[in-house]
Amino acid sequence: MNIEVSKTYKLYINGSFQRTESGRYYERHSTNEKFLANMPKASRKDFRNAVQFARAAQSGWQGRSAYNKSQIVYRIAEMLQQEKGRFLNLLEHEGFSKKGAQANFEEALTSIIHLAGWCDKYVQVAGTVNPVASSHFNFSIPEPMGVICTNISAEEGLAGVINALIPGICGGNTVICLAENCDYLALDFSEVLANSDVPAGTINILTGTTEELGEHMARHMDVNALAFCGLSHDQVLNLEKFASENMKRVYFDSSDSMDGFYSIMRFQEIKTTWHPIDRIEGSASGY
Amino acid sequence: MAKKDKLWTLSPAPESQDHIQIRDAYGVFISGNFTKPGKDRFYSINPATEKKLSSITQASQKQIDSAVKAARKAYNSTWSKMAATERAKYLFRIARMIQERAREFAVIESLDGGKPIRESRDIDVPLAAAHFFYHAGWADKLKYAFPTKDPKPIGVVGQIIPWNFPLLMAAWKLAPALACGNTVVLKPAETTSLTALKLAELLQDAELPEGVVNIVTGDGQVGEAIVSHPDIDKIAFTGSTEVGKLIRKSTAGTGKRLTLELGGKAANIIFDDASIDQAVEGIVNGIYFNQGHVCCAGSRLFVQENVAKEVIKKLEQRIETLIVGDPLDKNTDVGAINSKSQLGTIREYVDGAKKEGLEFFESSSKLPSKGYWCKPTLFKDVAQSSRISREEIFGPVLAVQTFRTINEVIDKANNTPYGLSAGVWTDKGSKIFNLTSQMKAGVVWANTFNKFDPTSPFGGYKESGFGREGGLHGLSAYIKF
Repeated sequence: MNIEVSKTYKLYINGSFQRTESGRYYERHSTNEKFLANMPKASRKDFRNAVQFARAAQSGWQGRSAYNKSQIVYRIAEMLQQEKGRFLNLLEHEGFSKKGAQANFEEALTSIIHLAGWCDKYVQVAGTVNPVASSHFNFSIPEPMGVICTNISAEEGLAGVINALIPGICGGNTVICLAENCDYLALDFSEVLANSDVPAGTINILTGTTEELGEHMARHMDVNALAFCGLSHDQVLNLEKFASENMKRVYFDSSDSMDGFYSIMRFQEIKTTWHPIDRIEGSASGY
Repeated sequence: MAKKDKLWTLSPAPESQDHIQIRDAYGVFISGNFTKPGKDRFYSINPATEKKLSSITQASQKQIDSAVKAARKAYNSTWSKMAATERAKYLFRIARMIQERAREFAVIESLDGGKPIRESRDIDVPLAAAHFFYHAGWADKLKYAFPTKDPKPIGVVGQIIPWNFPLLMAAWKLAPALACGNTVVLKPAETTSLTALKLAELLQDAELPEGVVNIVTGDGQVGEAIVSHPDIDKIAFTGSTEVGKLIRKSTAGTGKRLTLELGGKAANIIFDDASIDQAVEGIVNGIYFNQGHVCCAGSRLFVQENVAKEVIKKLEQRIETLIVGDPLDKNTDVGAINSKSQLGTIREYVDGAKKEGLEFFESSSKLPSKGYWCKPTLFKDVAQSSRISREEIFGPVLAVQTFRTINEVIDKANNTPYGLSAGVWTDKGSKIFNLTSQMKAGVVWANTFNKFDPTSPFGGYKESGFGREGGLHGLSAYIKF
């Protein structure tokens, strides 16, 4: 008899698989009560470390060309495609029917490709040249907010994982995702990411609880935005209060990753730049 | 210190006050009518003379409730139902009427707020009219601004505005809200209610349906009552970061939409290859425009070390030529500080910096004996850690620092919790784009400063707030899908 070799699940921080510094774990069972794995229970310190790496990675990731970001996101889909069988199994462990798992996988894959194609287009759709009434060239473009924290919807399977991770990075942000839901799926997906040329620190995944880490994510002064879904009214109230200290941008609903433009724009600031136009002999500018 | 060298002296050229009408006392504006002036009133003071201009009603909770009720009724029965093309016509009409009454608005703005008539006449009032005119046209075109979506108004909006650009801020808030189909309860700042109340009279003359705009006056308590009112769907606030955080805490968990335009501490960066004379004008316009009562003021000056001496010398000479005094005089460059309490705040910063031992320069101009005044001031060799380079002063006080390399100045400029605006001066195009793309700020002026336009989105990064005002991007503050 051959014994199946099981995998040690680790947090995904700065492009590597790390145990939680806290040494804590929780047991993960499938929907039919079968023991699946010991999962690392991330601590506040793990989160704070992740923020440092995400911040360090942010300007480099933002600085990649839109074409390059687009190709890297597309490569995530390529890497995911070859892991199809494995993710279908995982989705079934999560309670998806065979058919449901198939549909969810295809939805996830399609939305990655949809989003990949947005990387080099949303700036054109959202950017404007503004016809100011003075002799200036004036334009507005979206820019990434910076470091964002997200969580994963409980109901959307792998598609929810994609929705929590990919729109943010398409727009040049770096992401720290709290995978309280779909923990198993998210950490398995981190292995796809690790194979996809996504630079270290661009996406970080922590398994742990909103109860413990939500407050720290909302309070952290070097996190620019927070997008959490599926919270209770009290949780929303508290997190929003904590988030006000550094004016974090917050969302407490989930966006639709197949509506890629708007899900990317959630994590964008609009920057407007002015420059004078030298008008010679009263000639009008062409803008 | 620069030599006092006046090339010529100017005779007084005060703008006439004959044609303006201010009532002795104002009630609040609800459902298209002014209430009788309330028992609980406060005075609006001319900060240049300390004379009382009018008495203003402190809105009661009951009045705030009826203002919200009137706005809700107008939203349900007329404004959200009206064809967008007709909404547009009202806003165009308001824009035209502001233009027609521009002179009266400008004089009252300068009387009530202390800003030079040159600014209220050439900037505040024309821009206020332009904001209505620009947004009017959006009313029936919103679908073009949000691809694939069907934008809808949010409902009743509570708007709280500051005292630095009273009429202009009212226009910034009202025009997009109304264009998108919302109705409004607006609160002007306590020290500068008059032009908002004059605007209410204009709205009556424009026959804007009753209840679409309601204006309640008073202090912070009125603001609080608006923020916490259960039947208001969205709050738009312009003011300090401190109050913005309180508003955010108070609306947390209520589902109220929020946009905040808060404080700033803008870096104005001068490279050695800049046109120095133009840059000096830009520095002056950046910090002394409107007595420095500007959230996006260029209050931190970064000068490249090898030109620092020249820039500061020219800057001091230029500051010496600024005319500080009667806001109604057409030659005045720097008017009165808006209120006694703001003057106290500015003085505290200036005195503190002097105590720190910072070298400073201030204009030698003689200040009027009555009123609230502050000489244009600059402090040299200020440390990043100094209070005057970290905190928003909201007065004519400039903190000067020097730098050697591009990376150094980018780090220093971004090293602030604020992110409203920034300025860059260089003659090299590639350097401009490097800098403007690296500044963590919502508005970046290159080889210019403090320019505004209704088509140009305005708003901050980080603790300078969120949401934009103006332009296509500003519309999203007032619509939902």
